[in-house]
Amino acid sequence: MSRVRSRAPATRRRPYPPARLAAAAAVAALTLVPLFHVLGFVVAEGPEQAADLLLRPRVGELLRNTTGLVIAGCTACAVIGAGAAWLVERTTLPGRRVWTVLMAAPLAVPAFVNSYGWVSVTAAVEGFGGALLITTMSYFPLVFLPVAAVLRGIDPAFEDMSRALGNGPWSTFFRVVLPQLRPALLGGVLLVGLHLLAEFGALQALRFPTFTTAIYEQFESTFNGPASMMLAGVLVLGCLLLLMGELRLAGRVRVARLGSGAARTAAPHRLGSLTPLALTGMAALAVLALGVPLGSLARWLAVGSSTAFPVVALLTTTLTSIGLGVAAAVATTLLAVPVAWLSVRHPGRVSRLLERSTYFAGSLPGIVVALALVTLTVGYLPALYQTTALLVAAYAVLFMPRAMVSLRAALAQVPPELDDSARALGAGPSAVMVRVTLPLIARGLGAGTALVFLAVVTELTATLLLAPIGTATLATEFWSNSYSLAYGAAAPYALLMILISAPAAWLLTRESRSERLPA
Amino acid sequence: MWHALTSPSARRVASAVAAIGLAASLAACGSSGPTITLYSAQHQDLNQAWIDGFTKETGIRVEMRRGGDFELANQILAEGDASPADVFITENSPALSLLSSEGALAPLDSATLSQVPARFSSGANDWVGIGARSTVVIYNPALIAADQVPNSIMDLSGPQWKDRIGVASGGADFQAIASAVYAVNGDAAAGEWLAGLKQNAKIYQNNIAIMKAVNAGEVPAGVIYHYYWYKDRAESGQDSANTELEYFDRKDAGAFVSVSGGAVLRSSENAAEAQRFVAYMSGRTGQQILSATLSLEYPVGNGVEPNPTLKPFSELDPPEIDLNTLNGPKVISEMLRVGLL
Repeated sequence: MSRVRSRAPATRRRPYPPARLAAAAAVAALTLVPLFHVLGFVVAEGPEQAADLLLRPRVGELLRNTTGLVIAGCTACAVIGAGAAWLVERTTLPGRRVWTVLMAAPLAVPAFVNSYGWVSVTAAVEGFGGALLITTMSYFPLVFLPVAAVLRGIDPAFEDMSRALGNGPWSTFFRVVLPQLRPALLGGVLLVGLHLLAEFGALQALRFPTFTTAIYEQFESTFNGPASMMLAGVLVLGCLLLLMGELRLAGRVRVARLGSGAARTAAPHRLGSLTPLALTGMAALAVLALGVPLGSLARWLAVGSSTAFPVVALLTTTLTSIGLGVAAAVATTLLAVPVAWLSVRHPGRVSRLLERSTYFAGSLPGIVVALALVTLTVGYLPALYQTTALLVAAYAVLFMPRAMVSLRAALAQVPPELDDSARALGAGPSAVMVRVTLPLIARGLGAGTALVFLAVVTELTATLLLAPIGTATLATEFWSNSYSLAYGAAAPYALLMILISAPAAWLLTRESRSERLPA
Repeated sequence: MWHALTSPSARRVASAVAAIGLAASLAACGSSGPTITLYSAQHQDLNQAWIDGFTKETGIRVEMRRGGDFELANQILAEGDASPADVFITENSPALSLLSSEGALAPLDSATLSQVPARFSSGANDWVGIGARSTVVIYNPALIAADQVPNSIMDLSGPQWKDRIGVASGGADFQAIASAVYAVNGDAAAGEWLAGLKQNAKIYQNNIAIMKAVNAGEVPAGVIYHYYWYKDRAESGQDSANTELEYFDRKDAGAFVSVSGGAVLRSSENAAEAQRFVAYMSGRTGQQILSATLSLEYPVGNGVEPNPTLKPFSELDPPEIDLNTLNGPKVISEMLRVGLL
């Protein structure tokens, strides 16, 4: 019989392979550059100056807004994402395929496009309520997708046994299903939390100031000033809290299934007379997350004398976005492999520290990461300043958590015994990695690459600062046009952003539809 | 990881990426010839119209990095002598004054300076006016009667304006207006005014957002520059149909006319071409482009008339301020003090 929960056996604490440890440490060091930049400012300012900049009413206001949004947004995304995943994967809800696509599709609509869509319908979305609504509608797929994937792969035998032992459906859900969902759910929520800390475009349009929007305003006034870096320091603390919280809640759970044969497909729960209610709920979610922004976009395309289709500019910009997206997605995922592998296969203090350290930059606004890299290159590596390579490095630093979460989840589902067997059969470590481990986590690699691609295509603030002169992306063109009041001119860029994001989002739904391991 | 690079599929991906990168770099270097780098805080439509006209006339190509006034000014200072920038143009003059005071700007050709009245240019002859914009009050007549619109910008710090006035305090436009308040009314009064605004104002992302909000009836009035309203009226009116403009009293700090300027960087390695570009923008052709395009800013060059839909420039009666005395960094630290930043 399979086991679900068991502590990783002590025998797995083997010494770290030195080459892989070095690679993981190098990746972690790259992702820590922005953190050291921020800390450098905090130290250089000294305690008195720092206190002056931090202990003022404005910071209190930002702290209230940011904390409130992170707590409420994470909760809402967890409930909505996991709820929708359960309805789609484990009930008799009609149209599962369609719903899976619709629930992943919001990933293809950038949060700031979503926000402009809503704001142009009603100003009532300004402030906390609207910020919560819009960020939840943009980010709940980050919870939906991993949870749906796990729900699909769960062996129903556990639930059957729980029911046979006398637990009711609710008790079975909380005591048997939820523990198995925990890593995926918490991983998704962690990503949501990091995104909320670093969100700029969507919140700026909603007049909801957080640390990140305030940092951007400071940047516009001072470029690389101490006041903005102090605020970034607070964000780092917020990230630390999220990471520790996730670590504490996730615990060390083994989720790989042992035993021979494939798991049965679970019998779906009958919704019966609740079907119309469930369908209405899902439809409402789709309308809020997709209908409103897409409807607004259609209206922009139709209204406004600035609507024009400068074909060449649109085409070049699209190719640039795709090129940057692909390059950064591949680079980021490859860089994440050594760290993820080490943390899953050699759980220990060092590997955990390395893995966790790659999350910090994800909670920092793009602008802070960009400023750190500008400072680094202007001072020490002038040949890299304003090059595509530096921009790709910035994307890797910013979006490493997306790749990391996907890879860790995939690695955790591969029984390490397979690696061991390959070793026992005479394969060297490299051969095991290439012929056994990587093929088994191919889906995780694909999911991580797709998630990073989606993020790069919609990244704004780091791109604005780091892109080589003359390089425009769909996101920067959308931003500059909508900023200049030319809604019609902005609309085609938003549409193209959504179109090139669609395949990646589609890929993610396919990942979630067939996560089951080959037996 | 390193092992993965040896797998055939990874190699295919890598070569595809390399191909895209190569294609992009080939596309970037079409024709040869001199190229200058422009750091611009101006609006994109105006940038493009100037660049296209200049390249057509001279064959000199212009590459551009965009950003806010102070953002780009501070970036240029951070880059130091290694700055790629040859020319810097702003929406407001204080960021140019900052660079001038740091010695980062090169003196302009006297022929360029003579194209524009001296009051629109640097006292140190290192930047020149290229456009002007008037501070205005935008208001929603359904929410506030025309006779209740304030006559002086100083009124806005009074308690009667609590939550009834929109400003875009994060932007260089508002910061330029605030610097005018400091120049006209002195530090003490201006400091109190800023603190009052922190209490009263609803903060918006930029002038466009203020206009939308006033139009939608979210806030009765706001402080913006004139051309946002005229541009929207010219486009579709969807964000300005319910609003009207009012100009502040003559000589009031709120009647401030802010000057957009252009300068050549001292570190420029293409100084001759850079000087030509600044001469072009401030010259007759460049000023006519500004006047004729939808930018709807006021031209400042000699003998060029503004777009006829605008209130005539001669009817504006701004306070007499030496633009060189506007102190951007002081305003920013004051805004930090009162919590607007």
